[in-house]
Amino acid sequence: MIRLEGVSRTFEVGGRPVHALVEVSAEIQAGEHVAIMGPSGSGKSTLLNILGCLDRPTAGEYFLDGRPTSSLDDGELTRLRREKLGFVFQFFHLVARLTAVENVELPMVFAGFSAGERRERAAAALAAVDLSDRLDHRPAQLSGGERQRVALARATVMEPKILLADEPTGNLDTGSGRQVLALLDRLNDEGLTLLVVTHDPLVARHAERILVLVDGRLALSVPGSRVEEAVAALLVEEPVSEGGGAA
Amino acid sequence: MRPLDLFRFSGRAVSGHRLRSALSLLGVAIGVAAVIVLTALGEGARRYVVDEFASLGTNLLAILPGRTETTGAMPGVVGVPNDLTLDDARAIATRVRLARNVAPVSIATETVARGELSRQVAVIGTAAGYREVIDFPVARGQFLPEGDFDRGAPVVVLGYNVAKELFGSEDPIGQVVRIGAWRMRVIGVNQQVGTKAGANLDEVVFVPVATALSMFNRTSLFRILVRTHTHADIETARAQVREILIERHGEEDFSSLTEEALASTFSSILTALTLVLAAIAAISLSVAGLGIMNVMLVSVSERTSEVGLMRAVGVSRRQVAVVFLLEAVLLSGLGGLVGLGTGYLVVRLLVSLYPALPASPPVWAVVAAVVVSLAVGAFFGWLPARRAARLDPVLALGRR
Repeated sequence: MIRLEGVSRTFEVGGRPVHALVEVSAEIQAGEHVAIMGPSGSGKSTLLNILGCLDRPTAGEYFLDGRPTSSLDDGELTRLRREKLGFVFQFFHLVARLTAVENVELPMVFAGFSAGERRERAAAALAAVDLSDRLDHRPAQLSGGERQRVALARATVMEPKILLADEPTGNLDTGSGRQVLALLDRLNDEGLTLLVVTHDPLVARHAERILVLVDGRLALSVPGSRVEEAVAALLVEEPVSEGGGAA
Repeated sequence: MRPLDLFRFSGRAVSGHRLRSALSLLGVAIGVAAVIVLTALGEGARRYVVDEFASLGTNLLAILPGRTETTGAMPGVVGVPNDLTLDDARAIATRVRLARNVAPVSIATETVARGELSRQVAVIGTAAGYREVIDFPVARGQFLPEGDFDRGAPVVVLGYNVAKELFGSEDPIGQVVRIGAWRMRVIGVNQQVGTKAGANLDEVVFVPVATALSMFNRTSLFRILVRTHTHADIETARAQVREILIERHGEEDFSSLTEEALASTFSSILTALTLVLAAIAAISLSVAGLGIMNVMLVSVSERTSEVGLMRAVGVSRRQVAVVFLLEAVLLSGLGGLVGLGTGYLVVRLLVSLYPALPASPPVWAVVAAVVVSLAVGAFFGWLPARRAARLDPVLALGRR
């Protein structure tokens, strides 16, 4: 489903090139659950942005469903995001003035769904994350865990193929985090391809496979059960990895 | 993306910042209200003048010395125009059959005094026909006596206010006033008439035209007024007058104006004035547009991460631009509506304070104000909308 061939991403910072990703090649199967680990600045968020078609590689090629994405224009990438990809962020990114159900409806508003269908699907998505009693609450009236579950409902309401989560539990207490992880696992069981960026070994352990990025390079690819090896790779590399500088 | 949903979405953003939205739309409201009120005043002034002329009737002809149209002749080639004299007036009165009344007019400002009391007034030298030409009643005594224009007499007819100020409750008839160095006997007092033919007839005094000319030491008349029996006669009478005067002067060194022409001249001047007022008010509208642009720029930078989120869930650049543009247009449109309401209220208030002024905004100004306010929103909302649409999704999401 996803194939990366020598993907590099270079930023210009103060006139100097910063290499956020260096020749990353990987393949991810449909329905797979992959965790991406790495010290801060290792380029893991940049990788997720490229996988989510929010950013483009400066070199190499990203194939999505066998199609090279470098030839797609902004409009086509936008459509991919709308129809195939879902995003969950560390800081939820809910729109403060909209209620929970309106936040979930947002992607459907711009996709042109009728009000009735929107309401129905949004309510169902919120029920799936166990928030049926919070439809008309605004984000400020919800706890962190509830907010992330609203965000999860929003990310899945368009029935994407791939869900990309950037530190989905990074801003949550342990209990809420566990709840969100359980929901992610369930979505994956239902066939959703799941890509989770995390630095938390407990989160990474849920994945079938762990990719470890160090200084923008793919340093290690191990099954989720061998999370200790991934953590070891991080610990060894961490002191020298400072100054990687991913956006 | 359905239009109604889009309106709701943008509307929520507008209502989310009540004070900010209210302040920015206030600018547009003031601009639109200014257009409504100023054009209403201009239009009111125009109608007032047109109505005044209409009240005179349309069978009035005025002859003035000098040409109105300038010809291409070299200066000096055309001689100094001949005076318009009493003989001219008499010729018109005797030879133009269609003329019902003829009134030669001479005007100057003089001091009118009675004992210690004195004041400056406009002295109108004219003849009996003037009263019928302008059509106003005399309250007491009589108007100027009938007779040949050449015959002067030391008599005066007082305007209503002049009589009141010089004589109070006394009866002025038969009493003597001084006009400059002349002693004149009061033979009549006018009723209160107000302004007619561009002069406040309550603030003037009338004397026989021959007396006025010697009083002012003049030979030339200010103008000759002719009233025909019907409106249909006016052009024929005008041609006859023209023929007689050319015959007497040897050239066309005078102008003749109908009240219709005067009214339409004034009307077009005042329409131009209204347009100028509208243009000035329109400037305030465009300033209001800057206010909206400012608010929208703030809104875009505040909602950068929201834009990032929208882009991530598959909202296109164009849709982002439309959302922000619509928000600006909503602000300015609401401002336009508020301004429209306020403008009409102010105009109503003015009309109730000054009932004489038929102030009412012309339809074109109302339509233009609303259209321009929407256009202002679209125009000044364009830059912020484009800025929002061009945000890089990754950087936008990075902003919390």
